[in-house]
Amino acid sequence: MTRFVLRRIATMAPILLAISFAVFWAANRIAKPGYDIAINPRVSPAARAAYLESLGLNEPLPLRYLRWLGDFVTGDLGTSLVRNGSDVWPIVRTALANTLVLVGTAVVLSLALGIAVGTVSAVRRNTFADYAMATFSFAGISIPVFWLGLMLQLFFGLYLANWLGVTPPLLPTAGLYSPGRQGFDLVDRIRHLALPTMTLSLQLIAVYSRYMRASLLDVMTSDHIRVARGKGLAERTVVIRHGVRNALIPVTTQAAVDIGQLVGGLIVTELVFQYPGMGRLFVDAMTGGDYPMLLATTMIIAAAVITMNLAADLFYGVLDPRIRRGSG
Amino acid sequence: MAAAEALSAERPAALAWRRFARRRVALVSLAILVGVVLVTVGAELLAPYPQGRTHATDVLANPSRDYLLGTDTLGRDTLSQLLYAGRVTLAVGVSVALLATFGGTLIGMVAGYVGGSVDSVLMRLTDTLLALPALMVVMMGARMLGDSIFDVVLVLSLLGWMAVARIIRGKVLSLREMEFVASARAMGAGTWRVMFRHLLPNLVGEIAVAVSLATAAAILTESVLSFLGFGVSQVDTPTWGNMLGGNEGFMTVAPWLVIPPGMAIAVTVLCVNFVGDGLRDALDVRGDGHSRSSRRLSSRGASTGLRR
Repeated sequence: MTRFVLRRIATMAPILLAISFAVFWAANRIAKPGYDIAINPRVSPAARAAYLESLGLNEPLPLRYLRWLGDFVTGDLGTSLVRNGSDVWPIVRTALANTLVLVGTAVVLSLALGIAVGTVSAVRRNTFADYAMATFSFAGISIPVFWLGLMLQLFFGLYLANWLGVTPPLLPTAGLYSPGRQGFDLVDRIRHLALPTMTLSLQLIAVYSRYMRASLLDVMTSDHIRVARGKGLAERTVVIRHGVRNALIPVTTQAAVDIGQLVGGLIVTELVFQYPGMGRLFVDAMTGGDYPMLLATTMIIAAAVITMNLAADLFYGVLDPRIRRGSG
Repeated sequence: MAAAEALSAERPAALAWRRFARRRVALVSLAILVGVVLVTVGAELLAPYPQGRTHATDVLANPSRDYLLGTDTLGRDTLSQLLYAGRVTLAVGVSVALLATFGGTLIGMVAGYVGGSVDSVLMRLTDTLLALPALMVVMMGARMLGDSIFDVVLVLSLLGWMAVARIIRGKVLSLREMEFVASARAMGAGTWRVMFRHLLPNLVGEIAVAVSLATAAAILTESVLSFLGFGVSQVDTPTWGNMLGGNEGFMTVAPWLVIPPGMAIAVTVLCVNFVGDGLRDALDVRGDGHSRSSRRLSSRGASTGLRR
């Protein structure tokens, strides 16, 4: 077991390193640090060279990469070029926390609903209920997330509010808190989470319920289920105690992978609902040419994704010994 | 020779069609898709106004008899734009799907058949790319290249082949142990000949399903990219995605600008997914790779991933 864990971590390290170089290279291509100075005709060549040297931009890319990597690993993420030169890390930390709150809420909610829907579909397979849920899942993976977000904003922010004659609308359509609010207010925060969570959850529920259905159908053909039935247990007990519990493994593993993916994948939802998270920070940094911020956000998102993939793999190995002994 | 081939190829195709046609949802979806393709390809004939024609006196006009779906901020007829945009969106989706499936099939076949260190390197690359936050990588790639249709197709294809490669590799791994491969090699067939003459025909089902699922994914990704302003430029080339992105701010006063393009994307993608699912059943393709961990990765790549 220890060997399995170590081997997994050992294969991840070079990948992470390769990705960090790719990120560094790409960020340089996109944000072009020092480009505005280099093309400014009113800056003398000497001043330009001095400026580039003060930022360390006169050195070759590999050398700058190594220097950046050293700073990054020791926790120095540099200062933002756009936000009045404030430190990158506190900004990233706040955004990361906001994103994790949204991701956590959406994944936990979708997991619960997806497991329930998938179980019912599997137990009642090939009935009308199963087909209805399958259709719902297909719709869930086919509707563009940003459009769903816009439609929810229109419906809750405009039509429902007009119809009920209430201002402000039942659910806020943007931001993290109501304007002008001071301090922490749980109810207000939850109300602001409602629409983004709904937007994310539709797709997640669609995916998880399909996984759960397939996984449960797979488990229900195995020997231990026949034994449980043979013992004369009620079908309900067989399904829940012996079936669902084993079928949960792939679904929950998938959820772990999703948490990692979603840290960087919330871009669309965060932009539509103006939710101050990592995705929005990433887009702002990219469009604004904020090079240190772009490096920090991409690298942290990539690290989060890879760590969660690793965690899911390990989790899988712990639960299923066959994986451990397999090709790995 | 050709006739004999056609005859032997006819039978499984007819069987597949019969099994496909049994599924009413798949059949209806196919009909809708054919309709969408015809309507968008025939945009010149069907659209009430030419592409990009502005009406300075009818800016943000309500839907009326003149403008069935209203007009946008430049007074362009939404219905006409929708038809022309659909052509671009579909073309991008299909080209990306074909290119990505081609690349994925090639890489999957080489990895699965050649094996050894070639396999390890290719699969390590595949897993690394699959493990990255997909939308972020696509956005950075699009930012580095540009906003022409060609750039967007290139980025999406370069980052869309991995799921296909895994599925094809899994199938090839089991095919290469079969007798017909051994007999072909005994008769002196080289690596490439075995791959293209003997393995490829057995992968037709997988490839067909992969193309359809990749089309759905590509349409969605393109629309997200264009919506965010990183995809096809909205200046002269309308797509369903950039129609939404450009008009998002006028949503409350002119909902006819955002509801139709989104509906068009949703319906098209839904139909493509249903057709893909029908193909999967008709061609008896399992939707996943061979091992547990690859099943997890490949099915996520094919179905979700990019669009949040």
